[in-house]
Amino acid sequence: MAYELPSLPYDYAALEPSISKSTLEFHHDKHHAAYVSKYNNAVKGTEFDSKSIEEVIKAIAGDASQTGLFNNAAQAWNHSFYWQCMKPNGGGTPTGELAKKIDVDFGSFDKFVEAFKNAGATQFGSGWAWLVLDGDSLKVTKTLNADNPITSGQVPLLTMDVWEHAYYLDYQNKRPAYIDDFLGKLVNWDFVAQNLAAA
Amino acid sequence: MVLNRRDFLFLASASISTMALGSFAKSTLAQSLNDGSEGPFELPPLPYDYNALEPYIDEETMRFHHDKHHAGYTKNLNKAVSKYPELASKSAEDIVRDINGVPADILVTVRNNGGGYVNHKMFWEIMSPNGGGTPTGAIATAITSAFGSFEAFKEQFNDAGAKQFGSGWAWLVLDSNKQLKVMGTANQDSPLMDGMYPVMGNDVWEHAYYLNYRNRRGEYLQQWWNVVNWTEVNKRYQQGMA
Repeated sequence: MAYELPSLPYDYAALEPSISKSTLEFHHDKHHAAYVSKYNNAVKGTEFDSKSIEEVIKAIAGDASQTGLFNNAAQAWNHSFYWQCMKPNGGGTPTGELAKKIDVDFGSFDKFVEAFKNAGATQFGSGWAWLVLDGDSLKVTKTLNADNPITSGQVPLLTMDVWEHAYYLDYQNKRPAYIDDFLGKLVNWDFVAQNLAAA
Repeated sequence: MVLNRRDFLFLASASISTMALGSFAKSTLAQSLNDGSEGPFELPPLPYDYNALEPYIDEETMRFHHDKHHAGYTKNLNKAVSKYPELASKSAEDIVRDINGVPADILVTVRNNGGGYVNHKMFWEIMSPNGGGTPTGAIATAITSAFGSFEAFKEQFNDAGAKQFGSGWAWLVLDSNKQLKVMGTANQDSPLMDGMYPVMGNDVWEHAYYLNYRNRRGEYLQQWWNVVNWTEVNKRYQQGMA
């Protein structure tokens, strides 16, 4: 079924100075919009047309004949999730059950931060860094291009886009500085906690 | 190279007086500050000024692309081969050509950074402020014979660049039978890794065009032909055929 491009959950300028208005305008209105419209055009009239986008992603992952549909479906989903993972004046540290689970599964919040930064910095080329629930444990993972952890049965809790278009206007080659700001100033830990509670 | 404090003071004072220096001295200085590496592989200087490819590729893009991205690949390649003297004595192209012979502990690093090193070295050389137009010489005949026409070749090449999802390159290669072929590779993979010879390639990582063209990769692919150095491409074609 047709997938609707969600509006940003905040103003285009709301994440400044960490992420500029211009970056969010291009990222949402051009990149995300293009993935959504290409997905909708490609899925129309196919056997997948009756399924939700998550079902389509799971059904065609790894199918070499469906690469184009998969890339656009997964990128449409990943970006919708990414917008919600951020908020103005975000960052800081998680609280409640999520904070306890991070301590248990990573040793400490700082250890999680180190693992997440490393995942984002070492994803060569385009891709994503993730905090996921894998079975009963939290894990940090990274994926190439459009790839998405729901295809391997993991539950995404948090994601960070490390395609260059996510940060190049604001940080150029300095991906680690973008990652620092994402964790320090942007993460919406309430959203991450909700995802854990619902998992 | 590693800068000690005295070098730094020298370079800092030199930079104050760059107004008085010629462009050769300036580019030498920029390279000394930017190669940031110690090892067998050197960051090749751009064969033209940073702003020479404007308006098709802007000065800021060239500065980041050469001084940061290419310098980063150079530095990481040097670091990776530092404990393997037998690799350090080979050319970067030979290392990349024999990628499966690279020790397992540095294989991924060399694939990414060795590929990035040789791809960018080729990239700067096949562009020129006096580029564009149509190919001449042996490459012109070969392109017409392989693709039907120059226009048909351009269309295939642009299509390969547009379809390369994520980061990567569009290529004109000579395959193992010395046939011209258009292909794409992901990330910094080089056609050399698959036994093919890269005659020319266009970088479609977003860092190659985002400051100037934003999301419009198709427009970048179209405009890029204005800076292609056909003399150099023809030379590479003849080297590949030899």
